[in-house]
Amino acid sequence: MVSTGSTTDWTYAPAPESRGIVDIKSSYGLFVNGEFVDGSGPDSRAFKTINPATEEVLAEVAEASEADVDAAIKAARRAYTRVWSRMPGSERAKYLYRIARIISERGRELAVLETLDNGKPIKESRDIDIPVVAAHFFYYAGWADKLEYALPHSMGSGADPQPLGVAAQVIPWNFPLLMLAWKIAPALAAGNTVVLKPAETTPLTALLFAEICQQADLPPGVVNIVTGAGATGQALVTHPDVDKVAFTGSTAVGRAIAKSVAGTDKRVTLELGGKAANIVFDDAPIDQAVEGIVTGIFFNQGHVCCAGSRLLVQESIADDLLDRLKRRMATLRVGDPLDKNTDVGAINSAAQLARIRELSDIGDAEGAERWSAPCDLPSKGFWFPPTVFTGVSQAHRIAREEIFGPVLSVLTFRTPHEAVEKANNTPYGLSAGVWTDKGSRILWMANQLRAGVVWANTFNKFDPTSPFGGYKESGYGREGGRHGLEGYLR
Amino acid sequence: MTEARRGTRVDVRKTYKLYIGGAFPRSESGHSYEVSDAQGKFVANAALASRKDGRDAVVAARAAFKGWAAKTAYNRAQILYRVAEVMEDRRPQFVQAVRQSEGLAAQRATKVVDAAIDRLVWYAGWADKIAQVVGGANPVAGPFFNLSTPEPTGVVAVIAPQESSLLGLVCVVAPVIITGNTVVVMSSYERPLPAVTFAEVLATSDVPGGVVNILTGDYTAPAPWLASHMDVNAIDLVGAAGDPDNLVAYEVAAADNLKRVRRAPAAEPDWTETPGLDTMTAFLETKTVWHPIGL
Repeated sequence: MVSTGSTTDWTYAPAPESRGIVDIKSSYGLFVNGEFVDGSGPDSRAFKTINPATEEVLAEVAEASEADVDAAIKAARRAYTRVWSRMPGSERAKYLYRIARIISERGRELAVLETLDNGKPIKESRDIDIPVVAAHFFYYAGWADKLEYALPHSMGSGADPQPLGVAAQVIPWNFPLLMLAWKIAPALAAGNTVVLKPAETTPLTALLFAEICQQADLPPGVVNIVTGAGATGQALVTHPDVDKVAFTGSTAVGRAIAKSVAGTDKRVTLELGGKAANIVFDDAPIDQAVEGIVTGIFFNQGHVCCAGSRLLVQESIADDLLDRLKRRMATLRVGDPLDKNTDVGAINSAAQLARIRELSDIGDAEGAERWSAPCDLPSKGFWFPPTVFTGVSQAHRIAREEIFGPVLSVLTFRTPHEAVEKANNTPYGLSAGVWTDKGSRILWMANQLRAGVVWANTFNKFDPTSPFGGYKESGYGREGGRHGLEGYLR
Repeated sequence: MTEARRGTRVDVRKTYKLYIGGAFPRSESGHSYEVSDAQGKFVANAALASRKDGRDAVVAARAAFKGWAAKTAYNRAQILYRVAEVMEDRRPQFVQAVRQSEGLAAQRATKVVDAAIDRLVWYAGWADKIAQVVGGANPVAGPFFNLSTPEPTGVVAVIAPQESSLLGLVCVVAPVIITGNTVVVMSSYERPLPAVTFAEVLATSDVPGGVVNILTGDYTAPAPWLASHMDVNAIDLVGAAGDPDNLVAYEVAAADNLKRVRRAPAAEPDWTETPGLDTMTAFLETKTVWHPIGL
């Protein structure tokens, strides 16, 4: 426990995790048909990926052209028809179990690489991201030979669920390897093959995952990784020989994808933005609620689609809660992501930092009151202090738009009905939080909230068995659990 | 006139109107169109729904959603079963309506009506079972209670089948409402009259006003507006099968607020086949609730 004495100087000795465990190559190609290949053509291009905590260049990565994407999809199609869709589920399962095991074996290496490329604290990549990645592959491995039990829709008619074919998957930069696992594990378990594009600012763990596929002797072409930015992603999802598109990212891009597949037979799942309400009632266990608020918005620097970015607090406890919250925020350690004591790491990119700054400035201009935790920010890299805005109204842009950073907007309410009205007053519907000691109120609130995940007296919990996905403009389809297979089977 | 001259009674003919918010208004546009029987003989003027009628129907459907979704599943089951009861009571009328609209012989028309009634009974029973079939407890690796349950998506716009005027209609409306959604449905263009008679059954079966709203006419008038309407959560395009240009346009418009889209098959399906659960799950959301376990 941290003492309440505000004058105590809580300095910590540096405790950096060694980066020596990771061997980063100076340049990476694309992973197509089981091999690393250079980008095609004489004008093949590459881009640099940097460590957002230091702006140091980590590696050069090939930018996949349309022709490269086409080659990857051809490889995936070949692997699908010749190998993967014909293989018994029990055999596919063994490859996925192998992958799960290798991820655990190389867990520290993956965690360090994730932290270097993404900027998230090592304690999160080490204790959350990578273990959940391994768990995800282990979970879906077990489904591969039980698919006849996966779809209650078809059990009655005795149907035999079949894979869709080739899945085009595009993932974001906030949980690079975890999002890869959410996409690839259910797709492969169901018998599909995949072409996945990691985000342009965080490609490195996906490329290390490609090596893991090689170590597991996964048949060539079952998993293909194409690196690049928006144009590469567009070439991938609009390719005519793709049967399934899975995307996690912004609502704007999700909308464009939904338009681009109109009139085709492509199946789509979209996991998009959010503006979750985290609702604290006056009878809530207050210290737990404060921890939950901190986890809700400052976990992963707030780069979380389901972040609890709108705090709705009952008016009678608002002042007390905010005092406690600010006191807790002042103890957050912001800095070197590789340091094992760090709570809040670097903002993933200059562009994202600019977006956070812009929306925060709009919060000031619209009349909300900003308070940032007092902390020394490193001079190099991309940083933003944990910040809370009070006096926020529902009309303010910081209450409506996804900031995707460590910025919390605080609103108040008086009655449960008012809390529900305000919580649901958003085009998004990904997640919500409720804090109260009263069981019947928890369940009533959970019923009323139009959101795909409701955390009651907890927040930001994830598990391979637990379906995740949104209502309304937060997208459609679910990832995780049995539900996660529905998007990959017919 | 001729009937009066022969000394027989002049029949009282029905005005076929829209069904919005539990009432039977004419189209706000004042437009109607001629509906003929299968032999091409004039039967009645039906209301030609406009885009404004579509919007009014969405307002009614949205207003009805909260109360309908909040009813117990048992109650929704009873109400849909009641719809089947009332239809059965009016079976000869529906047989006549289907014969007139679809040109079927009496025996086949009877089979179609019976299938429609039986389908309503089948869906009625799903109300309090679907959650157990598609939802459940998730065994997360930690001390948490974790439960996934299906919830209705919201307001669903449906383009009803063009050929199967009654059975097809029932097959696209019942699965949407039984789970707690409300619906704005555009009927068959050439065969709208069974839909209006069906609306009269709904109006007398304890289905709250606004849960089902039925628009007769050419779907191409309201459909683009419903597809792009920001207060519509999902759209079933089945009735536009064989209309590829509009299907693409509607799906593109639907993306503006990420509507759930149920695409149309290449051709109208055989409605006598037992449906799977997709008809219901297409318009369900999965909500997952976590709570810590501890002392």
